[in-house]
Formats: sequence, structure tokens, C-alpha cells
Amino acid sequence: MLHLEAINRSFGDRRVLRDVTFDVTAGRMTGFVGANGAGKTTSMRIILGVLAPDSGEVTWQGSKLTREDRRRFGYMPEERGLYPKMTVRDQLVYLGRLHGMTLDAVRRKVDELLEWLSLGERANDPVENLSLGNQQRAQIAAALVHDPDVLVLDEPFSGLDPMAVDTVVSVLREHTHRGVPVLFSSHQLDVVERLCDDLVIIADGAIRAAGSRDSLREAYSQRRFSLIVAGDAGWVRDLPGVSLIDLDGARAVFDLADDADDQVVLRAALDRGPVRSFGPVTPSLAEIFREVAR
Amino acid sequence: MNTSSAIRLVAARELKVKIKDKTFLISTIFFLLFGVGSAVLPALLGGGASSVAVADAATATTLRDAGLEVTQVPDEVAAEQAVRDGDVDAAVVTGGGDPKVLAMDDAPGDVVSALSVEPAVQLLNPDAVDPLLAYLVPFGFAVVFFFTSLTFGLQISQSVVEEKQTRIVEILVASVPTRALLAGKVIAGGVLALTQVALIAAVTVASLQLTDSGGLLSLIGPAIGWFVPFFVVGFVMLAALWAAAGALVNRLEDLQGVSMPLQLVVMLPFFLVIFLNDNKPVMTLLSYIPFSAPTAMPVRLFTGDAAGWEPVLSLGIMVLAAFALIGVGARVYEGSLLRTNGKISFGAAFRDKESRRLAEINK
Repeated sequence: MLHLEAINRSFGDRRVLRDVTFDVTAGRMTGFVGANGAGKTTSMRIILGVLAPDSGEVTWQGSKLTREDRRRFGYMPEERGLYPKMTVRDQLVYLGRLHGMTLDAVRRKVDELLEWLSLGERANDPVENLSLGNQQRAQIAAALVHDPDVLVLDEPFSGLDPMAVDTVVSVLREHTHRGVPVLFSSHQLDVVERLCDDLVIIADGAIRAAGSRDSLREAYSQRRFSLIVAGDAGWVRDLPGVSLIDLDGARAVFDLADDADDQVVLRAALDRGPVRSFGPVTPSLAEIFREVAR
Repeated sequence: MNTSSAIRLVAARELKVKIKDKTFLISTIFFLLFGVGSAVLPALLGGGASSVAVADAATATTLRDAGLEVTQVPDEVAAEQAVRDGDVDAAVVTGGGDPKVLAMDDAPGDVVSALSVEPAVQLLNPDAVDPLLAYLVPFGFAVVFFFTSLTFGLQISQSVVEEKQTRIVEILVASVPTRALLAGKVIAGGVLALTQVALIAAVTVASLQLTDSGGLLSLIGPAIGWFVPFFVVGFVMLAALWAAAGALVNRLEDLQGVSMPLQLVVMLPFFLVIFLNDNKPVMTLLSYIPFSAPTAMPVRLFTGDAAGWEPVLSLGIMVLAAFALIGVGARVYEGSLLRTNGKISFGAAFRDKESRRLAEINK
């Protein structure tokens, strides 16, 4: 497990991280979300040892991170870049070698990765000749080439089409199945919602919420229901304990007071005519995020 | 993986990329031609023996004995015609009386002297260098040092900026120590520059051997021999500073400005040596200043002004200066490499504390 403990960091007078504490658990995808400038990239750079914290520390398997540990990390920086004039294969081999792999091992691994990421045909092209999407795949390959123990990916899905997102996701899943902890940041909350097992929400340099996706959903869910009937659903607002959130003809979304019974509402609806749909509404990540980061 | 294998990998990549680079190939070919040219040109400029057309048999023998290329023609009209046609450089006609030399637009000195009685000449300074050579040799050393040092120095800067600009530097630094990156680049740049200079030296010496009319090789050989170590130390001395210049900026466009002081450090000695190489006190001073010594000391060795111990002392001073400047360069490089927001001043990078905290973390 990767653990950040009370990390603080300022740039001049500006405090960008305040007591940042969270875990990235083995075998789980941890989504890292926050607005621009909230501190995601700074946190990731500190994990990788590219930036020093003012205080606090990062531990791996319970002890302080060393350079040797970090060499076993895979990292995809926020602003992308590989050597523009080097071929995809050459730079992956080079990066693998820098991480301590033997030439034979790295060659095998590069072929496998290029195949996985559907980059085989582009292997001998200079990176600058690749489309943006393919450059992005090459960048992901660069983070994975040395079979890392930990993956830290800053916005790995930006610039990828939906097909490519699926390819990358399956490659990342492959890593979590082997017990690798994966930390990734993203602006695309729908993607994070679909992928992450755990979630860390950061705002203004402070962690606002952290935990498993489901537990966060539960924690932030109100007693909210959605009802679709055959006629107009406007009558719902007159029931005791109901506060209407949204009404659109036959469809009503409403919150229930703690002492109100959802079955009473359902029965009332059935008394008036056919009910097409009735059920609780779980909050989307975007809603939780808005709530938490406010 | 230890630091030395990281350095090897970094240097190997730099070499592989640069050797394929067109600028490297073109500059190498250019300098090789330059080397051959400067060795062959003096012999060509001196010109071969004149060809001369003669009708009179006795005169022909005299001229032949003087080493001239003689064409025997039937009569003096034919001799004059041969000159007009450009078949020969000159003709000697007697017209029954004293010999007369015919030539188109330039009096052929060797023909004239073959037919004259010269007074005895005693040279008081027989070792003095031919004035043409005295001009060409310093120019040669200065050009080779200036261009090679500038080309490969700037290449080190560019390679650092490229890594910063593409942010691949973050991936690199997360896996190998910053110093290994720097050392790899400096070694690769040094190997390439040395290879080029050694090649030029070898080709120049070889062409001198082929075309040498006398003592030129023995005169210039030791100077070339010393030039190579002076060049290497002179290059390595500045290499870390070139890397530091690259680390101070984030875009290739900004490199020109920040590397200007370094370019001047290479350029000034170039002009000083070219324009002041006949001023002995200045040359003596220049041959001990580490920045100009790589050019000035070989020139002084060539003109015979430097005693045997002088290059050794000067090289020693350069080695000390190299240690100091590499230290400064490495510190600035480390202090600025990971700053990706805007330009950093040299002083701020030198005083930077972040890099030392990082080094602490990355033990």
C-alpha cells in the first residue's frame, strides 16, 4: 500500500497542499479528482520524488520511499512528452533499461505492450509522426514498460477516444489484478465513476473525501427517489415528507424526510394509476464532487 | 541499477541520436575537407615548376638542369605561340642575342632565376615560419576549437531543453539520479567532439605527410599533438555549463539568450587569437587563460615561442578550472532541471534548495 501522510507544500506564499493524507491500496484503482489547481499534479510529483514536500512523508509497504522503490514505480506526467525524434520502440527500450531491465527482457516486454496497446504498426515511427491518440498510448506504454509495482498516472485518459479508453482500462485492470495499486487523476468524472474502486477528492489543496466509491456514494446519498407514472406526477409534492427536486410531466425526482416511508408514496402512486418505474436514486460522482468540493 | 550503468545508458542514447544527426555528419565532413585543404593548399599555392618552351638546345639544357619542365620547339615563333596558346607558362627566346623570357601576365620567377646569376644568400633566422603558414595555422586551430566547441556545446544545451520541453525529464529523474543524466550527456558530447577533432588531426597529419615539401610536419606536428588534450579539457570544462544553460529555460527559443555568455566565452578567444597572434605578450597571457589556452598554447608551440614545460603548466591550470566549472555547472543544472514554470536565473538556480531536499528524499 502506498500512503501519503500529512503532506504540506507551498510555492512561495501559496499553500498548494495542506496535510494531504490518503492511501492507494494494492490491487485497486484509485481515482484522484479535483478542480484545476486543486493539487493533484503536485501530489503526484511528490509521490514520484520529482518535487519535495515541505513536510510529511510518503511510505510504501510501511516504510519511507527510497529511490530504489521509486524506480519500480510507473509514472505518466501531466504534460506529455517523449523524445519526438526517437522511434516508439527505441524510447520504450531506453526507458525500460533506465529502470534496470536487461535488454532481452525489455525487448520482449515492449513487443507485448505495443501489441496490447495496438501500436505494433507504429513501433518504428518517430513519436512526432504519431497521431495524438497514439502518442498518448505510447506514453502509457512508457509508464508500464518496466512492470511497475505502483502506477501513478496524471490524466491518463485525456485525449483518448472511447475505444482507446477501453483498451487502456483493460491494460490497467490487468495490473490491478496482479495487485498493483493504481492512482490516476481525471477531469472526466464519468470515466472515473466507471473505473475507480476508490476515490480521493481534493479541493484547494486539502483532501475533502477519501474511501471506496460505494461507501462515498452511500455517505453522500440522501433519501432520493425517482418515480415515473402514466399521467402527470405533480401530485407527489402534496404528500407528507416529500420535497420535490425535479418534475418533468410523468417523471418526478424527490427527497424523502427521514421519517417518511417510500412505500407510502409508491402505494399512493399505484392508487392513481399505472406506475412505470419507482426506485432510489444514487448520487453520481459529479454530484458528490460538487457537494464535497463546494 | 547503479549510477555508472545509468550514465552509460544515457551516454549511449545521446551518441546514437547524434551520430544519426545530419549536422554532425556535415560538420565532420566539412572539417575533414578543411584539414585536407589546409595541408594541401600551401603546396598548391607555392605552385609547381613552370613549363617553358625553348628552341635553343643549350638554353634548354640550362633550364632542364634548373628543374623546369622544358618543351623543345622548332623555332622561336613556335615558342611564342605555345605561350599564347597556354600550352606552357613561359618561353625563352634569344633572337640571336641575350635571352628574353616571354610570359603572358606574370613573370615566372623560377625561369628568370635559372637564367640569372644570383648573389649568395645567408638566412639569419632559417627556422622562421613562412608568413602564409604563420597566418593559416593559428586560424586553423582557432576555427576548429571555436566551431567544434560551440557545435557540441550547443548540442548538449539543446538535448537538455528537449528533455525539459517534452517533460520526459520527470520520467527520467524519477528513475535515475540527476547527476547521472548530466554525466551521460557530458561524456557523450565529449566523445563526439574528441572523435571529430582527433579525426581532423589525423587527416591533417596524414595529408601533410603525403604532400609535405619539407619540415612542415615536424613544425606543426607537436602543436597538433598538444591541441588534442587541450581541446578535450577545454571542452569538458564548459560542458556542464552548456547543460546548465539548457536547464535554465523551458523552450528551445529561449536558449539563444541564456547561452549568449557561454558563446562569448568561446567566441572571444577565437577573435583574439586570430587578430593578435603576432603579439607575443598577449599570446602568452592567452595561453594561460583556460578559455583561450586550447587555441593560444598550440599556436605558441607552433611558432616556437613556448618552452617545453609551458603546455604542461597551462593544461594543469585548465584541469583545475574544469573541476570548478563542472561543479558550478552541475549545481545550476540540478537547481533548475525540474523547474518547469518559466525561466530561472543562473543565481537562483545556483542557490536553489529544492534540489538538495530532493537529493535527500531520493537517497
